[in-house]
Amino acid sequence: MSEGRAPHIGRSLLRREDRRLLTGRGQFIADLELPRMLHAAFVRSPVAHARIRAVDLSVAAAVPGVALALGGAHLVQELPPLPDTQLSLPSKWTSHVEHEFHNPQQPGLAHDKVRHVGEAIAVIVAESRYAAEDAAALVSLDLDALPAVVSAEAALAPNAPLIHDHLRTNMFGAFSITKGNVNSAMAGAPHRLQRRFYHHRYAAMPIECRGVAALYEPRTDAITIWSATQVVHWVRREVAAILGMPEARVRCVALDVGGGFGVKGHVYPEDLVIPFLARRLGRPVRWIEDRHEHLLSAAHSRDQLHEVEAGFDDDGRILALRDKFILDCGAWNPIGGGVPYNTAAHLAGPYKIENLAVSARTAATNKVPNTAYRGAGRPEAVFAMERIIDLVAGELGLEPAEVRRRNMIRPDAMPYRAGILYRDGEPIVYDSGNYPAGLQQALDAIGGVEAFRRRQREMRREGRYLGLGIGCYVEGTGVGPFEGATVRIDPSGRVYVSSGASSQGQGMETIFAQIVADAWRVAPDDVVITLADTAAIPAGSGTFASRSTVTLSAAIHHASERVREKAFAIAGNLLECAPDDLELRDGGVGVVGVPGATVSLAKVAQAARPGWDHGRPPGIDAGLEETRYWEPQTVTWSYAAHAAIVDVDPETGRVAIDKYVIAHDCGVVVNPLLVEGQIAGGTAQGIGGVLLEELPYDSEGQLLAGSLADYLVPTAGDVPDMTMVHQHTPSPLTRLGFPGGGAGGGVARPAALANAICDALSPFGVEFNQTPIKPEQIVKAVRPARPSPRPSPRARGEGGTRAAGG
Amino acid sequence: MPQPVDIRLTVNGQAREGRCEPRKLLVDFLREELGLTGTHIGCEHGICGACTIFYNGEAARSCLMFAVQAEGAELITVEGLAKGEELHPMQQAFHEHHALQCGFCTPGMLIAALDYLKINPDPSEDEIREGISAVLCRCTGYVNIVKAVKAGAAAMRREAGQPDP
Amino acid sequence: MKPAKFDYYRPGTIDEAVVILERYEGDARVLAGGQSLVPMMNFRLATPAAIVDLNHIPRLSDIAAADGVVRIGAMARQRQIEFAPLVAERLPLLHEALRWVGHLPTRTRGTIGGSIANADPAAEIPMVLQVLGGEVVVRDLQGGRRIGAPDLFLGPLTTSLEPSEIITEVRFPVMPPGTAFAIEEFARRKGDFAIAAIAAVLVPEGERCRVARLATAGVGPVPVRLREAEAILEERGLGEAAVGAAAEKAAELVEPMSDHNASADYRRHLTGVLTRRAVLKAIKDHQHAATG
Repeated sequence: MSEGRAPHIGRSLLRREDRRLLTGRGQFIADLELPRMLHAAFVRSPVAHARIRAVDLSVAAAVPGVALALGGAHLVQELPPLPDTQLSLPSKWTSHVEHEFHNPQQPGLAHDKVRHVGEAIAVIVAESRYAAEDAAALVSLDLDALPAVVSAEAALAPNAPLIHDHLRTNMFGAFSITKGNVNSAMAGAPHRLQRRFYHHRYAAMPIECRGVAALYEPRTDAITIWSATQVVHWVRREVAAILGMPEARVRCVALDVGGGFGVKGHVYPEDLVIPFLARRLGRPVRWIEDRHEHLLSAAHSRDQLHEVEAGFDDDGRILALRDKFILDCGAWNPIGGGVPYNTAAHLAGPYKIENLAVSARTAATNKVPNTAYRGAGRPEAVFAMERIIDLVAGELGLEPAEVRRRNMIRPDAMPYRAGILYRDGEPIVYDSGNYPAGLQQALDAIGGVEAFRRRQREMRREGRYLGLGIGCYVEGTGVGPFEGATVRIDPSGRVYVSSGASSQGQGMETIFAQIVADAWRVAPDDVVITLADTAAIPAGSGTFASRSTVTLSAAIHHASERVREKAFAIAGNLLECAPDDLELRDGGVGVVGVPGATVSLAKVAQAARPGWDHGRPPGIDAGLEETRYWEPQTVTWSYAAHAAIVDVDPETGRVAIDKYVIAHDCGVVVNPLLVEGQIAGGTAQGIGGVLLEELPYDSEGQLLAGSLADYLVPTAGDVPDMTMVHQHTPSPLTRLGFPGGGAGGGVARPAALANAICDALSPFGVEFNQTPIKPEQIVKAVRPARPSPRPSPRARGEGGTRAAGG
Repeated sequence: MPQPVDIRLTVNGQAREGRCEPRKLLVDFLREELGLTGTHIGCEHGICGACTIFYNGEAARSCLMFAVQAEGAELITVEGLAKGEELHPMQQAFHEHHALQCGFCTPGMLIAALDYLKINPDPSEDEIREGISAVLCRCTGYVNIVKAVKAGAAAMRREAGQPDP
Repeated sequence: MKPAKFDYYRPGTIDEAVVILERYEGDARVLAGGQSLVPMMNFRLATPAAIVDLNHIPRLSDIAAADGVVRIGAMARQRQIEFAPLVAERLPLLHEALRWVGHLPTRTRGTIGGSIANADPAAEIPMVLQVLGGEVVVRDLQGGRRIGAPDLFLGPLTTSLEPSEIITEVRFPVMPPGTAFAIEEFARRKGDFAIAAIAAVLVPEGERCRVARLATAGVGPVPVRLREAEAILEERGLGEAAVGAAAEKAAELVEPMSDHNASADYRRHLTGVLTRRAVLKAIKDHQHAATG
């Protein structure tokens, strides 16, 4: 909807993406039809750890309709894996942070060993998916089972079976960071507490699974890949490398993508195998992942075990914090140290902690690989820190909100140097934000702590257990290394923008139309956006880590400045005036103060063309297009405080969420409607992560959640209504003041809910320091204890039962 | 061994026909033989609801039916909701309330919501929550979907000439 | 995943259907609502050589009542039953139970016969059959027989039906007017299979309880009647102590299974909690109805 001259940034414009998606005219990867297309199905390992002795494809290959049956042993000869390339950390980080990382490259199909249930061993290509699956069922595998390693701690124990023999260790990586002097501060602290926190394994679980299609063109020796991915340029780069083709002959496009949340944020073996097959067979090949495969082969996440020690004073101020944690990375490590380092970098959160030591190890196990998912390491940090705050409060008999206030960085301390590096290698500086005010907003929105405590006491007399929990966090957003934008004025007068960013539902087509409309004084409808296509821009990073709005808007602005200069030079030539006298207005360029003297952008673009009789002044090159790559100095920091009131039924263990509030500061907001949508979605994911979703493995490495009947995604009945309050502290770091906003709800929800449940059950003296928190665990925790007649006096770490993970 | 079967049915008011093996799922038949890709597959085990269509006027999961079962049936898919370029009031409500993000569950969500309104045309927010819990959404957190269904229901009642309470 | 190949039959009568089942000697499955069978086939956990589609056999979904018995055709859809005035009036417990069965779109297709034949230990309809003392009418080549609920459910997903027997009708005694009833279910999410559920049917007489029926779902291999708990209510009435004692007894009586959804211990605990809640709810709803 075109809206005239008003600024568009800050308005809740309805989305231009909606029409096609509402009418069933979206185009997702499974909707893509190519002439003579073949269909792939993968044969996946039924066991967690084994040497592959033989893979017999002969019967499968003879099934009518099968074009090819290929196993890992053959594929590795035709398509040798790239050397360890996936991991990229800036030298600013690698030269300052003590670390070690291994990143063995996963082959397209397993050939020597299988390392997790679900790992692909063979691929069948046939006339239909039905036929391919028929053939896949006829593949026989000769596997020598090996002992399965199913816990990170066991993986790192001496003499553990090795997942990757050549590494001689199951430790994929390790790093440590320090600030101040933890040893002496801890020793000198009047109080100390220690806990283990476990944030379990769960996953993004978008409603659309993965999918890849590829088409090889012999005429140009070029290949096009369509993938439901967040990272088209990364896919293009790896496909080009592995197929030995120049990047200019490899194009990767993401069509409509049905949710990503991180799980579609790296290059998978299928992204490489399918293009290979298309070239090998000379026919397009498409693979659509089904849900069972998705559970067994699309990346999982979280799965971190933390041992935390906190030293604090009588006022609840945290003097020292030590965290040693292990991340269960599964069988491969495609994105390297990004996630655990995020955990370390975000641990201190909005609090002033002068002495901090974090060390992390990433362990290989016989499980699905672990990568980023909504928050990417941050929820795990927030869970540990926010539980610690509540535990400190409990030890001292203080309100958890008060302990937070005492520890929070004050607004007058901004910008605040946190004393450790971000994963881009830059020192962390919280650029802006009023953390105590945000917390107060959240508490006001739930009706205030005192009013709640009164209600809680009343309800307890009736045998009902209400609890209040808080979760606060900061989030570094808009991380580099870069994002690019091409801005071009089309001869029709429309502004064309392309970028490597991609959308999986975030509404980027609309957001960027708003940004460009304001930058160029055109209507949003006159902005043409192309995303997620490597042909539209040579380099891009992709969408992950709440980065796109921040980085892309900066890239758009820098590219636009250059184009505008040129446009003014040309318009000046057409209008016979100085460029300095010009301004952008109404879809054109006009003389300031002279309403009639304008020339449309269309005219300017036409005048910019090369050739005879162009309209350019001397010295101005043809074309009205610029590509700029914005390399952010570092991240900006957004902030949120979550508050939850829960009603726990101690007889059944059911947790009902009575009220949920999010106070969010992500700076200048482009489209409030879309930001709120992101927060709501993230919050629902956070609820699922704490209360419902799990990916448990048995001792043999079998995943016990094989379908959505077992993996419990929250339904509408599980997600309450939410109240959102906003602060808008502009970031001084970004051009337009946008920090990033996407991860929103998911980061703090587990902590807020866990704290609320513990608060509800405080008469029983129970603690929940691990997720998920399931009804059965709640019942088990409260059954032996009878509730004390008065709320427990928050003894100093003695007494009371510690229920789980304590 | 199973021979392909001819299937004649009505989809979105139009007579359609196709031919496929008995085992071909109805959702695959709609998408492939009939080219109606608006109905999506999220799980193939009848849980996510993305594949929900109207089967003889009632919502059903098309991944749990074989195409052959639809012989002689009247189906409505998401492609049949709008009248030309004019969106159905529920589609319009979804748009106005930002009730979709990635759009993958949306066709199923629309049909499930419309089906629920058939048995409860003026639901409360809690009832709407229960009604749409038949379809999983991972993007929106359902908040805006509930608002959209409430608004869409009101718009539909107005269109049907019923006064607002 | 996609299902494996099968021969497809669309018989016009039950007799035809039975003949086909016989011919395949156990390797054919009937297709009723498909809400349980098709997911298994899509996983290739069920790979029958033939499917016998019952959906085109006429007169298999009638709902009628006569001589104190409600007769529901086996192919009656759960949705159809949910909205049948006759069921709301004569079998209000069944009407209530259907709210808990899956979601509206699954009830569009799912049938009462299919749910019973599937015999999922956590399903609500078999529990209702048990608590109301219903039976199924079954047809095979030899003719037919009737099987009462206690003799029907043998184990998880196992009934006493022979491979070529087809349920044609489900029969329930009409619930007398003034019967108190309630269902209490605990599931992780609404619409999921029960981790534990209790159906309570009572005929109160002042403070006493003339008839008490309690049945379970989710807490054992099959739905069972909790006869000793029923006896406590029938002997001691519906006061707080008696209800509490019946609930405790109920928890002792069940033999739940442990799986990754819930432990046996927790299911046993829920049995006690839900029994108490179901009985109290039945009494309360009954009092409300009585006072209008």
